[in-house]
Amino acid sequence: MENHSNPIIQLTDVGKSYGNIRALSGISLSVRRGEVTCVLGDNGAGKSSLISIIAGLRAHDEGTYAVDGEAVKFTSPRQALNLGISAVYQTLALVPLLPIWRNFFLGSELTAGSGLFKRLNVKEMYDIAQTELRRMGINVADLNQPVGTLSGGQRQVVAIARAIYFGARVLILDEPTAALGVAQSGLVLRYIARAAREHGTGVIFITHNPHHAYMVGDHFIVLSRGRVELDAPRSQLSLENLMFHMAGGGDLETLKHELSRAPAGNANEAAAAPG
Amino acid sequence: MANRTAASPAPAGPVHPQLVQQAFWKKILKRPEVGALGGAIMVFILFFVVAPPFRQLPAFSTVLYESATIGIPAVAVSLLMIGGEFDLTAGVAVTTSSLSASMFASQVAGNLWVGIIFGLVISLSIGWLNGFLLVRTKLHSFLVTLSTFLMLQGLNIAMTKLVTGNVATGDISQLPGYASAHAIFASEFTIGNMHVSIAIFYWIVFLLAATWFLLRTKYGNWIFAVGGAADSALAVGVPVNKTKIALFMFVGFSAWFLGMHMLFEYDTVQSGAGVGNELLYIAAAVVGGCLLTGGYGSAIGSAFGAFIFGMTTEGVIYADWDPDWFMFFVGATLLVATVVNTWIRVRANGAK
Repeated sequence: MENHSNPIIQLTDVGKSYGNIRALSGISLSVRRGEVTCVLGDNGAGKSSLISIIAGLRAHDEGTYAVDGEAVKFTSPRQALNLGISAVYQTLALVPLLPIWRNFFLGSELTAGSGLFKRLNVKEMYDIAQTELRRMGINVADLNQPVGTLSGGQRQVVAIARAIYFGARVLILDEPTAALGVAQSGLVLRYIARAAREHGTGVIFITHNPHHAYMVGDHFIVLSRGRVELDAPRSQLSLENLMFHMAGGGDLETLKHELSRAPAGNANEAAAAPG
Repeated sequence: MANRTAASPAPAGPVHPQLVQQAFWKKILKRPEVGALGGAIMVFILFFVVAPPFRQLPAFSTVLYESATIGIPAVAVSLLMIGGEFDLTAGVAVTTSSLSASMFASQVAGNLWVGIIFGLVISLSIGWLNGFLLVRTKLHSFLVTLSTFLMLQGLNIAMTKLVTGNVATGDISQLPGYASAHAIFASEFTIGNMHVSIAIFYWIVFLLAATWFLLRTKYGNWIFAVGGAADSALAVGVPVNKTKIALFMFVGFSAWFLGMHMLFEYDTVQSGAGVGNELLYIAAAVVGGCLLTGGYGSAIGSAFGAFIFGMTTEGVIYADWDPDWFMFFVGATLLVATVVNTWIRVRANGAK
């Protein structure tokens, strides 16, 4: 599903250093409408630094970051949000004890009336939240129940639906399936696909699970030690290939070679093998 | 759980009405104030049986009045607790407010209304200071307000001695502005054979306004959010610090209001009064369903809590028991109510 419309987000040779430590260098990436770009990598590969730059938490110090073809350098997440770039973090920014519809509009409540009688437009907020959640395929009979009663996957979907409703063109999802079981992960992956295909949202899906990435991704970027290890569209990549790169690529080959010299059960030989 | 539907990939069908109806009793039980209502009914029945004078209407008016003096600050305290914070100053702040109004009017201004405004400024400042110290130091509000509580307790007595040379303020009933201020803050009228204090009406106004504010304005939404998950609230743009400071100032406002009632009810103020009442307000809020950890509760619940304590104070007297039993009773009620509340909440929310 590679398309060639103009990218919403285009990163070219972006780098970021913290003092002497080079967290990221030479990162190029683009996100188009309706496309899911998966960013994979081991712990410490630079995924978090990359999200912080795209979401506006930190500014990059090398290369260019362009939104709609114009170079930007964000100093706050608000600026990114105003351009429709919205991040859904693992903590989700939901309040567990608060009803679903109140969470959906928290911080952006709809009101009616004016002056002293300015009040929440409860019915409209409830209906909009219901409609938006149904569009994402989630059907909750009573949106007055606290968000905390939803499953982990459903909570992710509420957060995603909220970001889309409030105008996200690019959705950055930080490890949305990391803490979830198999069925719940499936739920979230389905909505990621739906957000892209039906709403035309550009999605940056950060994960360390190649199986999850391969199910919904259109384009794959594997980071390793702050650099791009692999950058390929789906058409040029098999799941095995992706897993291989994800698992460490060349390093893994060396490790495999080393371990294969020590047959299982033979302690002496294993100890003799050079570490 | 019946009212939670598993998500399906296909667009969802209409909600089945029977599912909603099945959940109706659960919805009622899920209200935070249900436990307190049940408790209030039980306490009422208890004293109705053991204390004959309790059965008469004038006694009921006294009970309501007693409840109102706990209930007015308890409304504000419950909002603050939903916002995730404590205020231990609420008890002495009532006295601080009456003292400063009385002394400023009699020693400086010569007019009670100027004193009343002065008291309001002092009360709001105490609330603001509590909130400011909280967001600045990032200490727990228990610690912050414990400090300010002890300071105020000392200040109340020390300042009163310094200004009047006595531990109580002088009679204010001869000062200009007394008649109008007394009419507004402490008048009484008769309904049937009951003498009803205006404080009861103010209590109801406080309750209705706070409930409406909490459930029907965006600020109410923010109060629940800052108490439930302050980081999440901040992430979606809720001004967490401002909300907390405003809540402390509202507690200050309620302390001022009750302080003015007390001042014009008794005309003099004992500078040592009010200590310990802050715990009654907190207890009323907790019995009414507020969580100690914040993010959950109601304003109406605090009314049931205050009503339980109001009935107990008077009921113990009507039943001819030793008044010392009151505090024992408050403690026992608090324990039972919180256990029942927790039990109901777990049941009503299902296995999750």
